[in-house]
Amino acid sequence: MDLNLDAPHSMGTTIIGVTYNGGVVLGADSRTSTGMYVANRASDKITQLTDNVYVCRSGSAADSQVVSDYVRYFLHQHTIQLGQPATVKVSANLIRMLAYNNKNMLQTGLIVGGWDKYEGGKIYGIPLGGTVVEQPFAIGGSGSSYLYGFFDQAWKENMTKEEAEVSILISMLMP
Amino acid sequence: MSQTAVDVPPKGGFSFDLCKRNDMLTQKGLKAPSFLKTGTTIVGLIFKDGVILGADTRATEGPIVADKNCEKIHYMAPNIYCCGAGTAADTEAVTDMVSSQLRLHRYQTGRDSRVITALTLLKKHLFSYQGHVSAALVLGGVDITGPHLHTIYPHGSTDTLPFATMGSGSLAAMSVFEAKYKEGLTRDEGIKLVAEAICSGIFNDLGSGSNVDICVITKGNKEYLRNYMEPNPRTYVSSKGYSFTKKTEVLLTKITPLLERVEITEVGEAMEE
Repeated sequence: MDLNLDAPHSMGTTIIGVTYNGGVVLGADSRTSTGMYVANRASDKITQLTDNVYVCRSGSAADSQVVSDYVRYFLHQHTIQLGQPATVKVSANLIRMLAYNNKNMLQTGLIVGGWDKYEGGKIYGIPLGGTVVEQPFAIGGSGSSYLYGFFDQAWKENMTKEEAEVSILISMLMP
Repeated sequence: MSQTAVDVPPKGGFSFDLCKRNDMLTQKGLKAPSFLKTGTTIVGLIFKDGVILGADTRATEGPIVADKNCEKIHYMAPNIYCCGAGTAADTEAVTDMVSSQLRLHRYQTGRDSRVITALTLLKKHLFSYQGHVSAALVLGGVDITGPHLHTIYPHGSTDTLPFATMGSGSLAAMSVFEAKYKEGLTRDEGIKLVAEAICSGIFNDLGSGSNVDICVITKGNKEYLRNYMEPNPRTYVSSKGYSFTKKTEVLLTKITPLLERVEITEVGEAMEE
């Protein structure tokens, strides 16, 4: 078994975002790995962008941290200029601009989730190439392969908060 | 004369051209010169009153020990220290650079440096070099917002943890921490645990060895315990001493003090119209 400790840190990850009838619920695991070694078993992959918008990070740890730092900074300026909280759509678009324009150099998949007064709870998935897709629920990360079938069967419209949380908890337990 | 293409000036930032050339040469069979790596076990933990950092003192150049007692705990600010693993030149250079930037920042703001400032400066630098600056750091300090401990990886990602290990001996040291760490350790318990973790790296990892260095940072105070423990003393020293053969000549040392150079300026005449 080759423990390549110099490999860039990736976040072999499961991230999930689900809308429910009052907002959104985001979930993520907490493992950061370098090759076969667990570099951090308590990492926080759900990062705050503004008071009302959070992002789940997956892929390269460095790339996703840098992108979310830039977007947090842009959103802070935007909030000051706008005079009211930024919308989830704007946050998702700012991330998309960075992800798409630097697609050759970045390797990170993100799920943006939040609540604003115009559209309510929204989830936007931004996978590797820089597409932005608004979805009622989104899954991402290498661990998400196991969840496509699960969510096909388990997800339904207008869940309550408890149902959404339970579905996320169950899916995190999948191998 | 044929028109040659206009040379586009470089847009600034790091030029990766030499990296491509190096890759091409290694593919052709040329062996790259080996770096002075600090193999290394470096650790940090947060205890009741602050942060304790620990490091071993062996620097390796491939299979050879280049420095048996090097310093891996670098000064960043009076209240912030940083342990470095990876290529020795990279860790020295990057910590010195950020230490200078922090000092200028202190002069400008009139406040003590914060750990998160050092963290952001380091991660921005390392990310922009895309992992080619091979510095893996454990950054710890106590500032106005409390004690902080962070790890920074060569690609620019950071983690914030209550206890952390880096370097080739990190697995050995982490096993000690995972078994024995708990919150609210006292200063002596913390130092004992850090020394144990570094020793575990020293004895079980070939890239780490020699002595244990420890640095304890608390609010308003820091203690740099260089060579806190020396578990690998040199046990045999020749009792006969060293003697030089007769043909070796010891030259006399004569120190001639330099004459002070005195310049006499003549008082010029005042200019008159």
